[in-house]
Amino acid sequence: MKLLTVALSIAVGAVGPALAIGMIGSKAVEALGRNPEAESAIRTTMILALAFAEAIAIYALVVALILKFA
Amino acid sequence: MPKISIKAEIITHLFGLAITNSMIASAIVFLLTVFVALYFKQQSAQKRKGNFYYLIKFFIKSIYDLFYSVLGAKTDVFFPLLFSFFFYILLENWFGLLPGVGSVLIKVVEGHEEVFVPLLRGNNADLNTTLALAIISVFSIQFFAIKYLGIKKYLHKFFNFSDPISFFVGILDILSEFSKVLSFAFRLFGNIFAGEVLLTIVAFLVPVLASFPFIALEIFVGFVQALVFSMLTAVFLSGAIAEHH
Repeated sequence: MKLLTVALSIAVGAVGPALAIGMIGSKAVEALGRNPEAESAIRTTMILALAFAEAIAIYALVVALILKFA
Repeated sequence: MPKISIKAEIITHLFGLAITNSMIASAIVFLLTVFVALYFKQQSAQKRKGNFYYLIKFFIKSIYDLFYSVLGAKTDVFFPLLFSFFFYILLENWFGLLPGVGSVLIKVVEGHEEVFVPLLRGNNADLNTTLALAIISVFSIQFFAIKYLGIKKYLHKFFNFSDPISFFVGILDILSEFSKVLSFAFRLFGNIFAGEVLLTIVAFLVPVLASFPFIALEIFVGFVQALVFSMLTAVFLSGAIAEHH
């Protein structure tokens, strides 16, 4: 039962961030296609937004690890 | 099944203070950072500089350009803090990947039994370190905000009595500062600790050659997490010292 909880918490917790990262990437590439000159600004903003979105998946992972190992 | 523990294991006791294996690793990385910084300073005063000096200078220049796009003209004031964060976290992350870290075991008496614990462990895989770094980061953001805005304007950002909605938004701003501490700490801890667990499990399952792409991934993740930590600090700094509305 505990193993099921651990697996479910990380599996479900990674769905949202995966979608979010995909959307961020696609919007960034689209913005780059419309304005190739702003490449540096787009890249910096994209990496920043990526870090915020990925942090949510990391929170889910930390919960799963705490459940499993402590 | 290898033993994985979230807490860093205690190796010895020194003057009543427990020394864990991640503390030993952080002492080594700290000495390395100080050594590189002193070498850079000493070389910059000489006429004929070594090649390593130019390599470090190129590195610093690239990171400076990255921060310049966020902070603008005020980069000179904050760059020591931001680059120290970046360099220290980067070296700490990569230190956990060296051969021997996490795999060389030492016999330790724990409670009333003898167990084998790793002698060294990457310091960012310990929640204490990342929490300390997060608190330093958020406190320096508040400190610089007070220094640039003055106490009255800084308090006015959080306690705004003009209308109920602004008051509520001010209270939410205070909560968001605390959540920044937690988010910084758990982002760094989660990435590096999960990377360590991944490497341990993969090395346990397939002992030959399968670890190579995962170690390459961990090198990349270490670099990105250091960059993200310092970039987020820079962005929050530029937001905190900007004049409100």
